[in-house]
Amino acid sequence: MKLSRSTVAAVAPWVAAAAVLPLAVVSVFVGAANVDFGALWSDEQSRQLLLQSRLPRTFAIILAGAALAVAGLIMQHLARNRFVAPSTAGTVDAAALGLLTVTILTPGMAVMGKVLVACVFALAGTALFVMLIQRVQFKDVIFVPLVGIVLGGVYAAIGQFFAYRTNLTQTMSVWMNGDFSGIIQGRYETLWLAGGVALLAYLFANWFTAAGMGKDFATNIGVNFKWAMAGGLSIAAMVTAVVVTTVGAIPFLGLIVPNIVTMILGDNLRRILPTTALAGAALVLVCDIVGRVLIFPYEIAVGVIVGTIGSAIFLALILRKSNRYAAA
Amino acid sequence: MITIDALTKAYDETVVVDHVNLQLPDSGVTSLIGPNGAGKSTLLSMVSRILGADAGSVSVEGVDVFKAPSKQVARKLSILRQDAHTTARITVRELVEFGRYPHSHGRLTADCHAAVAEALTYCDLEDLAERPIHQLSGGQRQRAYVAMVLAQDTRYVLLDEPLNNLDMVHATGLMQLLRRLADEKGKSIVLVLHDVNYASVYSDRIIAMRNGAVVHDGPPEAVITDHALGDVYGMEFSVHTLGGDRIAAYFR
Ligand SMILES: Nc1ncnc2c1ncn2[C@@H]1O[C@H](COP(=O)(O)OP(=O)(O)OP(=O)(O)O)[C@@H](O)[C@H]1O
Ligand SMILES: [Mg+2]
Repeated sequence: MKLSRSTVAAVAPWVAAAAVLPLAVVSVFVGAANVDFGALWSDEQSRQLLLQSRLPRTFAIILAGAALAVAGLIMQHLARNRFVAPSTAGTVDAAALGLLTVTILTPGMAVMGKVLVACVFALAGTALFVMLIQRVQFKDVIFVPLVGIVLGGVYAAIGQFFAYRTNLTQTMSVWMNGDFSGIIQGRYETLWLAGGVALLAYLFANWFTAAGMGKDFATNIGVNFKWAMAGGLSIAAMVTAVVVTTVGAIPFLGLIVPNIVTMILGDNLRRILPTTALAGAALVLVCDIVGRVLIFPYEIAVGVIVGTIGSAIFLALILRKSNRYAAA
Repeated sequence: MITIDALTKAYDETVVVDHVNLQLPDSGVTSLIGPNGAGKSTLLSMVSRILGADAGSVSVEGVDVFKAPSKQVARKLSILRQDAHTTARITVRELVEFGRYPHSHGRLTADCHAAVAEALTYCDLEDLAERPIHQLSGGQRQRAYVAMVLAQDTRYVLLDEPLNNLDMVHATGLMQLLRRLADEKGKSIVLVLHDVNYASVYSDRIIAMRNGAVVHDGPPEAVITDHALGDVYGMEFSVHTLGGDRIAAYFR
């Protein structure tokens, strides 16, 4: 029996939620130091481990995964190109460049200040990309993200130049490679901001869908295209900035999750946003668990695992012949 | 009434809409005809504030389309572009629901659902409602866009070549539908047509453009004539009366 599209769309968020829940439980109880279930209430040490390390880590994974997937969904929609995401539009590299700038100029700045500077850089870097692709007449499906990747390379090169002179290359590579192993209570709470921003995206989802249908389409129904673009890109920039600052970039996550979800459920953002967020969380949970058990008791950074899977899926998506709807 | 006052658009040095003054009525079917490049789409795009004007103004029932809040204009006037197309994977119903956005801000009310259902029925799309629009034929997709504009339920409905891609059955069906909307709901339909005979049979008024200017304007009897059509298009027409309609022949 072939399920109707609306049935699939209706059950999808529940299926995704049903996947996230057990994964979150596994995530809490996997680790180098054992958390003893039974002893939780009697054993102070177990409780501390749970509250200060395990739960924060799981929350951080869920928030970062969900928010990044939402950021990618909005970006691919506004750019009208399925291969545009924070990691292919220069957003991540621009955020890292911003972070480097604060670290060099005002190293003592509070984390929120760092996030804000990174956000401003991410927004400016992405805006430059959008301006560039609006200039080129030949909007080839692959050409557009290539421009973004090259632009991101330029931002990264500028960053590397200054990082090298200030002995920060090591720090830079930490930002570019997501890793949840350092997450403890007090070190991840900024991620709630990313989660909040992603929630905000849900409220304006119809704007973004309309803007993704084109400027004329949006104008006709009274949606201000410029505001929708600016709002959507700001949300994506904010999410990216928070994630890069707090845990480091998770490459390709914002690209593959929205692609897979929209392939099945279509492009009505309001309808697919919850599923996208949950699927993003689920994927990062899986990758993080795999990273923790693969070379136990050591860890492989989640960025490496998502990046490996993600780049393979990215290639597969590009090579898929039927992907002609990716064109602008 | 839509009042167009000295509306002008130029690209570089070329003036493509040249100080056009027009008053479009608050009901009835008004057709815009003229050769390729005459400026019909440019005019309609400016009237619907999709394209900015270089000079002049447009007001819909006293509301300046360029200055008023976009959402306010969206409740008075809707436009179907000549090249409306998208790569977004949304269903016909989802597309049509977007027409309700100016009224509901995305939270569909009972009125909205009724309007969507009515628009789908009008455009013969009930069976296609759950299909993604990118899987439709050109004509089916065109009907989906028309249905969206109908769901928007504005007094003024501007359509740029709505008969594009339609077979005779659906072209005639759409013209009948537009006529009914004007007669039964008192809407003002303004549409660009290349088939002068559809314009002749269904319009209350025909406006002919050439080189960015209005060259003929009047009821079909005045514009569908050998002389006027010859003047607009620069080729020979012979107009015949057929079953009460004025039909132009121009095939040889
Ligand atoms: N973006 C643009 N840049 C430069 N010239 C343009 C642009 N858009 C339209 N034009 C020119 O303006 C003129 C009027 O174009 P318009 O699209 O309004 O014509 P039209 O009457 O709708 O023609 P058609 O019947 O082919 O649709 C044409 O000569 C066209 O080349
Ligand atoms: Mg035209």
